[in-house]
Amino acid sequence: MSAGTAAARAETPAARPAPPADSAAGPVVELSGIEIGFPGVKALDGVGLRLMPGEVHALMGENGAGKSTLIKALTGVYAIDAGSIRVDGQEHRFSGPAESQAAGISTVYQEVNLCTNLTVAENMLLGREPRRFGRIHTRAMNRRAAEVLARLGLDVDPTSTLGSHPIAVQQLVAIARAVDVDAKVLVLDEPTSSLDTDEVRVLFDVVRSLRDQGVAVLFVSHFLDQVFELSDRMTVLRNGRFVAEHRTAEITQLELVQEMIGRELEVLERLDRQPADPAAPAAEPVLKVVGLGRSGELEATDLALHEGEVVGVAGLLGSGRTELARLLVGADVADRGEVQVRGRTRPWRSPRQAIDAGVAFSSEDRRAEGVVGDLTVADNMILALQATRGWLRPVPQRTKDELVRRYIEALDIRPADPNALMRNLSGGNQQKVLLARWLITEPRLLVLDEPTRGIDVGAKAQIQQLVAELAADGMAVVFISAELEEVLRLADRVVVMRDRRKVAEQVNDGLEVSDVLRTIAGAGESAVALEVVPDSEEAPRA
Amino acid sequence: MPDVRALLRSSLVWPVVALLALVVLNVVVNPGFLSVRLQDGRLYGSVIDILRNGAPVLLVALGMTLVIATRGIDLSVGAIAAISGAVACVQIAGSNQESAAGTAIVAMTTALAVAVLLGLWNGFLVSVLGIQPIIATLVLMTAGRGLAMLVTDGQITTVTNPTFKLVGAGFFLAVPVAVLVALVVFGATALLTRRTALGMLIEAVGINPEASRLAGVRSRTIIWTVYVFAAFCAGVAGLMIASNTSAADANNAGLWIELDAILAVVIGGTSLAGGRFSLAGTFVGALFIQTLATTIPSIGIPAETNYLFKAVAVIAVCLLQSPQVRSALAARRTTPSRAKAGAPA
Ligand SMILES: Nc1ncnc2c1ncn2[C@@H]1O[C@H](COP(=O)(O)OP(=O)(O)OP(=O)(O)O)[C@@H](O)[C@H]1O
Ligand SMILES: [Mg+2]
Repeated sequence: MSAGTAAARAETPAARPAPPADSAAGPVVELSGIEIGFPGVKALDGVGLRLMPGEVHALMGENGAGKSTLIKALTGVYAIDAGSIRVDGQEHRFSGPAESQAAGISTVYQEVNLCTNLTVAENMLLGREPRRFGRIHTRAMNRRAAEVLARLGLDVDPTSTLGSHPIAVQQLVAIARAVDVDAKVLVLDEPTSSLDTDEVRVLFDVVRSLRDQGVAVLFVSHFLDQVFELSDRMTVLRNGRFVAEHRTAEITQLELVQEMIGRELEVLERLDRQPADPAAPAAEPVLKVVGLGRSGELEATDLALHEGEVVGVAGLLGSGRTELARLLVGADVADRGEVQVRGRTRPWRSPRQAIDAGVAFSSEDRRAEGVVGDLTVADNMILALQATRGWLRPVPQRTKDELVRRYIEALDIRPADPNALMRNLSGGNQQKVLLARWLITEPRLLVLDEPTRGIDVGAKAQIQQLVAELAADGMAVVFISAELEEVLRLADRVVVMRDRRKVAEQVNDGLEVSDVLRTIAGAGESAVALEVVPDSEEAPRA
Repeated sequence: MPDVRALLRSSLVWPVVALLALVVLNVVVNPGFLSVRLQDGRLYGSVIDILRNGAPVLLVALGMTLVIATRGIDLSVGAIAAISGAVACVQIAGSNQESAAGTAIVAMTTALAVAVLLGLWNGFLVSVLGIQPIIATLVLMTAGRGLAMLVTDGQITTVTNPTFKLVGAGFFLAVPVAVLVALVVFGATALLTRRTALGMLIEAVGINPEASRLAGVRSRTIIWTVYVFAAFCAGVAGLMIASNTSAADANNAGLWIELDAILAVVIGGTSLAGGRFSLAGTFVGALFIQTLATTIPSIGIPAETNYLFKAVAVIAVCLLQSPQVRSALAARRTTPSRAKAGAPA
């Protein structure tokens, strides 16, 4: 929460963004002096932003800097306390998202908020369904949706229910919905947080073509590479204040990070993980699965997880990496194979059984499967611990305070208020709270599905560091991420998934991203895969 | 004036204001409304009557609060109250020592055991079979009165047992026993939910069932428990009602009490969408409902329009609690569209 020296800078007249030199036309959106306060927090304090037609503009800042809040001010979700919003030079006071939509602003929010029980097509065209004789013309709707999905290179059945798809596909559907309207301004709040390289490619192509048609795109991402690749200009926020506006070409990543965090970035020492010694006499694995699978989701899979070892899981979207995680932790029930905990076969039919065996699972779908929005940060943190103790033995207040304080500090959660409501935290900070929930249970095996989603650069390194330390202390970790660099940095072994089965298991002795990519793509599989897992024929059939 | 703002935001303030408004209205119409007198070691007065007659609603509403917090609803509580009263009365009437204290105690224990069994049934349907709560409890709501009829053989069973009579109509230390019982259950519930982790776990299950399941919360047990508790509370309420009239009326005992209870919960600020619950709010809500019921005839509104009047009062209180109206009143920062289940972007 330290504003530091840079806050002083932000108070200078420079707080008004200078108009970019090369703009012929005026800005399509101009925000100035925006203030928004919540009880106890000043989320935005005099922030300005200019969006030019035909540019991609990145909005940068740490977790909790106020990016999503600024976007919600622009889209009418929050009323502003002060400042002005101009669209096409005309002053607006939006009193709801519908009005901002009518003004030509189309938005994808950070947390996918579609209706999971409607179909993909219904979600995409909700509110503007094609009609015939006054009734919704379902066939036309599905056709229209299919066209847009095809344009995004998405192979999704428009008539399937949205909830049956993984979060990444849901995110893509939300994007498809937003790009399908003729908008002057497209706002994307962390659209790529759960996407793979390929989907990111496609999305970027779509964004570029929209930009070339003159659409202004406002874009939030914690992936600096993506920001530098895609954006033309950027605005940096810190602690709810405007810090600077830049042409992307005129700033380096290092300078940008410094502006975001307001100080020099300590040189992040490369994670020097001492890989768990593969030659060590294989002690009993913490968890071993034999032929574990579930029809339609994962073919029979063998995997052994050892103390002190980080196993990375790589694979494309839909390759079965999340399905594997869910079966490992009892979130879904396997219909074949068995689970052994320290050599003993165990029934594995609920998360609770897994938790009791010392297995913790942080889901990729933070909003639906993690956050308990109306409870406090403290209650969210101790939820899993409390659940294992049972309702009759509440975690003593002192222990609770102590644990919560420790993890708020260790993970730098902001606001550092144990009694803040979880739903009022920024996305990245919620993710940290969920990590804390599981660390508090002191698991023997920690299964992390996209644990750094939506987390800013500084905190990401911090979390990777933490995972390395936990493993050094003897915890077994399964680390799933769409970001291969991150997987390779941490993992001792890498499991590669394709088409809902494990296709390779490789020891990470200096693996390169390209090696793994090749295995994922299936090219030269025999050459790269060190231990190709026997096909599922051997696995016991249910 | 940050304090006033904070107060206006607290969920309890509007129910309390509404209750006070009703009381004031009553005092205007009937200046003796608040007076309480002691006679023969018993307290008498309109307020005491409201408390005593409100005890069953309060009890049922307590159970309903926890059920609603888990995103459920229990429509069968009125029927369970009727069954409980029927079981107790039939047992007392059929005993050869009809006025003995032991008979009453055995009969009431049996009645509560039956209520708990019915709660187990509801909980089973909801938590194990996964039937929608409104449907699952509708089964017993409709079939339950038939069951009560079977128990009483279709007759209104009257009993004469002084011990049984105590529960609904008796006094202890000048205070009606029914009020004491309701207060004890209220206190016990508050302790049980807020001093243990039960309340937090119930809320977690109500707010995000899937996240709770993945965090290891035994939501099935928790949901089952709240239905049993709701049925137990309804059982006690049924005993009070039967005891008050010394009779079991399978058709009319506890009729529509489930609706009063749901209203009390909602007025008290617990959302039907589940999650955070407020027992104190339910307490105020139950008092409001009961006070309203006595106000309507006393200010000269014809009994036929009773329900209409009640509906208007309830709508008013609910409006006062709606985020939209409150944000307009308290000039809060968010626009209405920020409602939790906001429309898709
Ligand atoms: N409804 C709310 N009530 C109270 N505080 C809020 C609310 N919404 C946001 N905040 C606070 O405002 C600040 C800015 O949050 P915001 O969501 O805009 O951050 P962000 O820059 O999008 O972060 P992230 O990168 O983690 O998504 C945070 O301190 C957050 O806790
Ligand atoms: Mg955000």
